Amino acid sequence: MIRIEGLRKSFGTRTVLDGVDLQVGQGESLCVIGQSGTGKSVLLKCILGLEAPDNGLILWQGRPLDRHARPRFLDSFGMLFQGAALFDSLPVWQNVGFRLRQRMSDQKARGIAIKKLARVGLGPETADMMPAQLSGGMAKRAGLARAIADDPQVIFFDEPTTGLDPIRARRINGLIRGIVEETGATAITITHDMDSVRAIGDRVALLQDGSIAWQGAVADMDDAPPLAGFLGKETT
Amino acid sequence: MNPVRLSGRATLRGLRGVGAVALFTLRGLFHLRPFRPRLLAAQIFQIGWLSLPVVALTALFTGAALALQIHSGGARFQASDVVPAIVAIGMVRELGPVLGGLMVAARVASSIAAEIGTMKVTEQIDALVTLSTDPIGWLVTPRLWAAMLTVPVLVGVGDIIGIMGGWLVGTQSLGFNSAAYLANSWAYLESWDVISGLIKGAAFGLIVAVSGCWYGMASGRGAEGVGRATKSAVVAAAVGILAANFILTGLFFE
Repeated sequence: MIRIEGLRKSFGTRTVLDGVDLQVGQGESLCVIGQSGTGKSVLLKCILGLEAPDNGLILWQGRPLDRHARPRFLDSFGMLFQGAALFDSLPVWQNVGFRLRQRMSDQKARGIAIKKLARVGLGPETADMMPAQLSGGMAKRAGLARAIADDPQVIFFDEPTTGLDPIRARRINGLIRGIVEETGATAITITHDMDSVRAIGDRVALLQDGSIAWQGAVADMDDAPPLAGFLGKETT
Repeated sequence: MNPVRLSGRATLRGLRGVGAVALFTLRGLFHLRPFRPRLLAAQIFQIGWLSLPVVALTALFTGAALALQIHSGGARFQASDVVPAIVAIGMVRELGPVLGGLMVAARVASSIAAEIGTMKVTEQIDALVTLSTDPIGWLVTPRLWAAMLTVPVLVGVGDIIGIMGGWLVGTQSLGFNSAAYLANSWAYLESWDVISGLIKGAAFGLIVAVSGCWYGMASGRGAEGVGRATKSAVVAAAVGILAANFILTGLFFE
């Protein structure tokens, strides 16, 4: 569904992505892991069009993701940001129904937003709250509700458990897994939390020194030497 | 390095900056589809209505001080009678627009830069893009138009309050007759004095909003980045207003 070929991106003299090749199939859940500063977020921003790659191709459904294809792509994906990125000036339901309000009445958009909030475990009383009134975990869940509000084909998760305690992190992981299975959406998760990888990933790719150093099934990662550092194992 | 090369580079960088701001302003002004009346109304309230107290107080005290200054200065050559006319012309042509613009710059440019800068560092602007919404149309366009529409109104209100400040001092402490003061204020005012001040107000509103939006969008990371963006926005808006005032005054009255 999404294929990345030879993606390169530099900032000044610093090369962040140096020929990334990656593929994720329809309905698959791929986790991209890597240490801080290895370019995971830059990779995500290049896919989303928030950063322009210096070189390489990003293909979506077999076609290059260029200026013409990007608007359709943008309409078919959802994104959960690391800090939820809810709009401070809008109540929660308007955040969740942001895209819906552009093509339907407020009443209808609000109804759908409340259903999506319920799906992530937030009651209807949350709908009229402002983002500043939410706890970190609630904001993350509201962000997740916004990501799935328009029934996307692809969902991106940027560090979904960062800043959450282990219990809330497990809850978010469970929600993400449930939603991905239920909707059949393709999921790409950027994380360095191995519990998240085990909970939500089908496949995992290690980004190291600007390129993919290893990729394979989540079930195989325990035996992958390049992942030993992440899994807390001694390398021999 | 060669000083000629250095100054050439600095000039080119400056010109690139001016070009980028000009393109940003044009994009902001003409990104009108979809038209978002609710966002525009919210910004008119924020920029216009909430700036009214500070602009009104500034105008009141400026008009009052101007009356005292002209009376004391005019007394040196027996010209104290010109107080109403000079206060009116000075407020409407110059002090109303400039001081009103500077007060709006202090209040609004900083708040726009801080708001947009915070949105940038918390990824809310990226979120707008991923929700198929152009941040220019959503954030910049309503602020630019709201400032251009409301600052002239603020200037008009400030002009009236400034003249009334002069009237208050003139009648209460300088011994002017109330009706004569007001009659003299209006007698020497020409419609172009008022219109030019309102045009200046629109230009200053645009400068304030562009400064706030530009520095907010260019904000660096973290609280320090937002703080620097806020400071730069206010400085750029204030200097821009004073420079534009000089140019517009030259164009209108020379």
